[in-house]
Amino acid sequence: NSTLVIAEHDNANLSGVTLNAITAASKFGGDVTCLVAGEKTASVVEQLSKVKGVSKILVAENEAFKGMLAESIAPLVVSSQNQFKFTHIVAAGSATGKNLIPRVAAKLDVSPISDIIGIEDHETFVRTIYAGNAVTTVRCKDAVKVLTVRGTSFEAAETEGGSASSEQFAGDGSSNELSQWESADLSTSDRPELTSAKIVISGGRGMKNGDNFQLLYTLADKWGAAVGASRAAVDAGMVPNDMQVGQTGKIVAPELYVAVGISGAIQHLAGMKDSKTIVAINKDPEAPIFQVADLGLVADLFKAIPEMTELCNK
Amino acid sequence: MGVLGPKMAFRVLVGCKRVIDYAVKVRVKPDKTGVVTDGVKHSLNPFDEIAIEEAVRLKEKKIATEIVAVSCGPPKCQEVLRTALAMGADRGIHIEVPDEEYASLQPIHVSKILAKLAAQEEASMIIVGKQAIDDDCNQTAQMTAAFLDWPQATFASKIEKTNGDLLVTREVDGGLETIKVKLPAVLSTDLRLNEPRYATLPNIMKAKKKKIDKKKPADLGVDITQHVEVLKVEEPPVRQAGVIIENAEQLVSKLREAGHIQ
Repeated sequence: NSTLVIAEHDNANLSGVTLNAITAASKFGGDVTCLVAGEKTASVVEQLSKVKGVSKILVAENEAFKGMLAESIAPLVVSSQNQFKFTHIVAAGSATGKNLIPRVAAKLDVSPISDIIGIEDHETFVRTIYAGNAVTTVRCKDAVKVLTVRGTSFEAAETEGGSASSEQFAGDGSSNELSQWESADLSTSDRPELTSAKIVISGGRGMKNGDNFQLLYTLADKWGAAVGASRAAVDAGMVPNDMQVGQTGKIVAPELYVAVGISGAIQHLAGMKDSKTIVAINKDPEAPIFQVADLGLVADLFKAIPEMTELCNK
Repeated sequence: MGVLGPKMAFRVLVGCKRVIDYAVKVRVKPDKTGVVTDGVKHSLNPFDEIAIEEAVRLKEKKIATEIVAVSCGPPKCQEVLRTALAMGADRGIHIEVPDEEYASLQPIHVSKILAKLAAQEEASMIIVGKQAIDDDCNQTAQMTAAFLDWPQATFASKIEKTNGDLLVTREVDGGLETIKVKLPAVLSTDLRLNEPRYATLPNIMKAKKKKIDKKKPADLGVDITQHVEVLKVEEPPVRQAGVIIENAEQLVSKLREAGHIQ
């Protein structure tokens, strides 16, 4: 076996989700090669070369790779596959990975397997369907297995101790006449990123408006936590969509998840029920969220959250 | 395809999958072969509903000239095509796949079908939902684009036409990004793209008269041999409810005891 992992990065830093994908790739045994495609990738390659479990790095630099658009990256991946004949091609189940991997699979005429949460053997994978309401085990019959990996289901690979070699890889895909990256409007925050935070505090419809999220931000900053939201809160326009936790948003599995004013719709549970400890704060004792919570507090959040913040000042 | 002058046809193909209705609590079959579908309410995949709505809006803006709704599967798929027609699609194509083969029909097959139809119909655009709420694959748009060698604008939350290109805002992990794609192109819809309209009774009546063509995958030269075998389908592990605590103070001390917070 030999596996190719598509590294995700912003030309400065390796994205954390790639470390989870590397762990998944290591489970197949055999060499793990990473492909770094970008404009200026030296620091990413250096970070990646120290990651445990990576044996080789293919480096492809070209302006055409700006924004990691699938139209330019997919031909590059296909040409690396033609040259090195990997048994598995893996990427993180992030927006970038989900956009890229099916295009690669189609070019190889194989069926991709999305967002796997477990690996039984080299051809048998576990994934969720119906928003996490069922779990399926599937066998991939194609010669090369092309996968995206759910980050929360695999530990991050260690970022020290590795010593991968790197080599330039020209491949195809150095031009892209079809699409062009224009701009990004990304949320900036000093708080940890939702999918990698150890603690996540999320607000729901019970927050009533966007300003009240300040209560959660204040507590989150005491705890070093990320702040998320339910789809109901996002749909009501309280907070931007990139804060959404749930089947239609981000999947998180922190050590501690605190659901505040969230009733616990199935689609929300799908995004957080693998968290180690779940705390629910809701004034409605009948809210379904209490059925999955390890610790439940039936209380008015507008009293409970400031009280907790105050207690954590001591 | 190609030059899109003002009088040229601008045909939009929209993928319409019939899925278990989003409000239904799905149940796994005791023999673990799948989920219970008999006697369960089905409807048009919500993301595909957004795709139809967007196509209809493009037609209302005089950008699109014709909307063709496509569904692959058993005869009941015609129900979701009627929904699409009632929302404003002009005609439908039903790709007939019998139940026993439908169980192993994957996005790779549907993508090949859509790609072949796009060529036959000389489509300028294909819009599909970003994922179906049954298999949650999120693959069809990307694979269709690959088979056609067209650009892909996935997870779209805003679509603007500028000359011969599309400016598409996409929902990505950290927020939004904007890309420009050449036409013809494949798009996949995210939740925020639009609010689908309800079909009115007169439009539902009119939709009954609209044409639905029937074809088989083989008519398009598409092989639907199984690539992925489902070994089992199970219930997810159930989380047990924990304890209810008295007040905020007790909660904070419990979290401290567990080492979650300082």
